[in-house]
Parts: sequence; C-alpha cells; structure tokens
Amino acid sequence: MDVLNALVLFLNFVMIPATAYGAQLALGALGVTLIYAVLRFSNFAHGDMMAFGTMLVVLVTWGLQSLGVSLGPLPTALLALPIGILGTIVLALVTDASVYRFYRSKRSEPVIFVIASVGVMFVYNALTRFVIGTDDQRFEDGARFVVKVGDFRKWSGLDEGLAIRTSQLITVVVMILTVAFVFWFLQKTRTGKAMRAYSDNEDLALLSGISPERVVRITWILAAALAVIAGTLYGLDKSFRPFTYFQLLLPIFAAAIVGGIGHPLGAVAGGFVVAYSEVMVTYAYKGVLTYLLPEAWRPEGLVQMLGTDYKFAVSFIILVVVLLIRPTGIFRGRTI
Amino acid sequence: MTFLTADAMTGGYGAADILHACTLAVDRGEIAVIVGPNGAGKSTAMKAVFGMLPLRAGHVSLDGTNITTLSPQERVRAGMGFVPQVRNVFVSMSVEENLEMGAFIRDDDFHDTMEQVFSLFPILRQKRRQPAGELSGGQRQQVAVGRALMTKPSLLMLDEPTAGVSPIVMDELFDKILEVAATGIAILMVEQNARQALAIADRGYVLVQGRNRFTDTGEALLADPEVRRTFLGG
Repeated sequence: MDVLNALVLFLNFVMIPATAYGAQLALGALGVTLIYAVLRFSNFAHGDMMAFGTMLVVLVTWGLQSLGVSLGPLPTALLALPIGILGTIVLALVTDASVYRFYRSKRSEPVIFVIASVGVMFVYNALTRFVIGTDDQRFEDGARFVVKVGDFRKWSGLDEGLAIRTSQLITVVVMILTVAFVFWFLQKTRTGKAMRAYSDNEDLALLSGISPERVVRITWILAAALAVIAGTLYGLDKSFRPFTYFQLLLPIFAAAIVGGIGHPLGAVAGGFVVAYSEVMVTYAYKGVLTYLLPEAWRPEGLVQMLGTDYKFAVSFIILVVVLLIRPTGIFRGRTI
Repeated sequence: MTFLTADAMTGGYGAADILHACTLAVDRGEIAVIVGPNGAGKSTAMKAVFGMLPLRAGHVSLDGTNITTLSPQERVRAGMGFVPQVRNVFVSMSVEENLEMGAFIRDDDFHDTMEQVFSLFPILRQKRRQPAGELSGGQRQQVAVGRALMTKPSLLMLDEPTAGVSPIVMDELFDKILEVAATGIAILMVEQNARQALAIADRGYVLVQGRNRFTDTGEALLADPEVRRTFLGG
C-alpha cells in the first residue's frame, strides 16, 4: 500500500504536471527548431510571439464568454485558438516582410538575424503589454478536472489522491495531434519536403526550382501556429502572464538544443527531457520517501534538491552540459 | 548551329575577368568535355553557361534561343540540368525524395521519369528509402545525376562527376553518362580525369587561364602530341 501511495504521490505531483509542461515546451521548441532549420537563426522573439498569440486567444475567449458561447466541459479558449493563430500568422508574416527579408536579401550572418529577433522580441513584448497589461490573466473555463482527488481516493482506497486537470489532458492530446500533423506535413507533403530540402541544402533547393520565399512563409506560418498552441496550452494549464512567456524562452531553447537544434523529433524529446528534469529536481520528495523508507530513516527535511525559484537553473545546467558534451544534441541536429 | 552554343564568354566574379572569350558548344546526343590544368576556369566556364556568373561579353543560346539573361532557375525550366561538384544531394533526405525534389518544378506525373532513372541506376532502386547522405561516393553521384535528370533536361551539365570516386566507379559512371547521351541528351562536363573523359568525348575543350587553348574531338586531342605532352603527362 505504501508503495502505491508513493507512486500516486509521485504521479500526481511530478509525472502528470511534468508531462503537460513537457508537451508545452515540445511545441514551443518545435517552432524554434523549424525557424532555425529553415532561416538559420535562433528566434529570440518566439516566447513573446507565444505571448502575443495567447493574448489574442484570451481576448477572443472573453468575447465569446460574454456572448454566452461555450464548449461545455472543454475550455472556450479552444474555440478562440484558430483566431489567435490567424492573428499571429499575420504578425509573423508582417515581421518577416518588414525585418527579416531585408537581412535575407543582404545575406546577413546568422548573428545579425539573432540580434534583429531580439529587437522584434521587445516590440512584441511591448505590444502585448500595451494591450492586455502585465498582470496574470485566467481564462480557463469548462470542467476543471477529468479525475478528481476525492473520486480517485474513493475508487482506489488509497490515502493519496490523484488529479488530472482538463487542461493537462487537453495539452497532451493537442500536442500529440499537432506534432503528428507537423511530422506528416514535413515527411509526406510536397511543400514539407521542399522545406526539408531547403533546410538541407539551400543552393541545391534553388537549382531544383524551390522558391525560398515560399518556404520561409510556410515556416513562419507553422512556427506561429505552434507558438500560439503552445502558449494557449501553457496559459490554460497555469495562467497567462506576459513575463512568464518571456522566461519560457530559456527552457524552450534548452529543449531545442538538447534534442539537436533543427531536428523536429529532437525538439519534442528535448521538451520532455527539460520538463522532467526541471520538475524532478525541484520537487520535495519528503512525502514519497516517508512512504517508502522504514520509520527510522524517514527524512526530516523536504528532500528538495533545488528550490522552485531556481528552476531556470536546471535549463541552464542542461544547456551547458549538452553544449560541452554533445553540442549536436541527442538527434545530431542542424537540418530538418 | 549547335544545340548549346556558348560563344566568346567573358566575365568574372569581381573586377578581373576569369573567362576570356571562352567558347563551348555541344549537340544533342553528344558529350563535350572541358579539361585543363587547375585554375583554368573549367568550373567557371560551366557556371557561366548555367547563368551563375555575370558575363561582360558573349552569349549563350540553347536550341536557337538566346538565354544569356536568364537566371539559373529559369535555365532549369528552359531544359538545363546542372549537377554541382560538391553538396549535390540532399543528404538528410531519402534517394526517392531527392529525385522528387529534382522534379519539383514539374506539375505532371513524373513517375515514369523516376522509373527511367531507376533503370539507369538500378542500385538507387534498392536504396530508394535510404538517406542519400549514407550512400557511398559513387552512389551519391548517381543520385545527383538522377536528381538532375528528373526535369527531363535537354542539356545535362556535370561538374567533375568522378571527383573522389575509385577508378572502377569512375568507369561505371562514364558508362552511365554514355547511356544518358545515347537517349539524345546533350552533355557538357568538366573532368579532372582528362584521359578517360576525352576517350568518351565527342568534343573536347582544353582551357588554359580562361581561354580556349585546344578544341577538337576527344580522339584527336588524345592523339595530339602537344596536348599529350602539356596536359596529359606524356
């Protein structure tokens, strides 16, 4: 019984939240990695693109709620998501046409693009705060739980409860569907293959008659859609606050690099590696150990390796270790 | 007038010209080979024909149409296929996908062309699902040539197709190139292995410092004592 209780405790506070968080990071990292593979720079504005898109979703959700529209047990935000995606695609394409295209035509170094993207980041950042402010916004509605603590306890007869929130389940389901779609698109469609070809060998792609501008456009559309989906899922799971999204940039970059930058599968794997590490390192294991160890050995402290305030250190450490030991990442990235 | 005529091409990347009134020509079903010492401008001449080098003078015409002002992409549509010397396959993509990308500009069904490429290079059919980057040097070159053939070009340009492959593979590749030419495609290629290449060439061009030094049939060049002494090592 104690083992089961420990397991449930671990599932409830580590595995389930980390899986949802990992799914959100995976979607974010997938967008970053696609941009890197095709445009060959690390897009620092990705976090704030997520924030901008999520802001649109929040606003549309509020609008729908005031009209009395709802999806029943599902959050209304899912209905608002397509509109948020469309708005963010427009933003991304306008940004590309007004900023990045200029540097592409000059064939600038990647570092120039990176610095330009930092500028874009500040602009997005300001835009979001200007419209919705800097505060926390909650926009989750519908049924909060799929599995409730009380119900689980009654069903299992254990002391520890297990809860699965609707937002967590939706996160994982949407993530699986989205990633499956992106992979299908890249592997099977003509446009997706053209993207991979362009990413693999720009000159040869040109010789084959693949239009770079079209490939770049499709890449921004995908990246923007992924950013809004990731941002909305994160917002539903936690809450929407522009600054948090800016901070998400670090774990997202860590995820993309751990997996092998430019490698879509790597980005997804990296998302989970970073999420599990972060949650596991910052979790206090006192409860779990109390169940597992004999009475004399039970810990008195929290058995927490790192305070949650330091969770970003985990991403940093992963980043440094990967860059030192295996700079190409798990999947030997660079191209898609 | 020959199918491809590149007449008195003069030009270079910067202020200094690399090519000086360089002239090349090839007809359908023929093989023209450009040889010469290192730095003779062989690859540059090829690039000029393909529109990758700005020309100050001279013109290029294909099938009687002047194409001097066309971009490389437009020349592909006009019927030119180009196989670069290096980075000539999509390494992360499968052999089949490489061929598909070769046919990117085609809107019609290209499966019969892919079939033709597979029957020309049977090994590629076997390895169709394997990433091109995992193939041997010779197989990679076959993928590269196959990719260029997918647009059904009337002129195929090869920049040192046998660079870095073993002599046996080189002979095989030359056999394949002869087969391609036999289907009525004009072939223009640059070769480091001058002797073997001239042996299969209908036209041979010896370039020195961007100028035509000797021009004749491959056979005649191989027989010419001066060419033998200065370029073929005796």
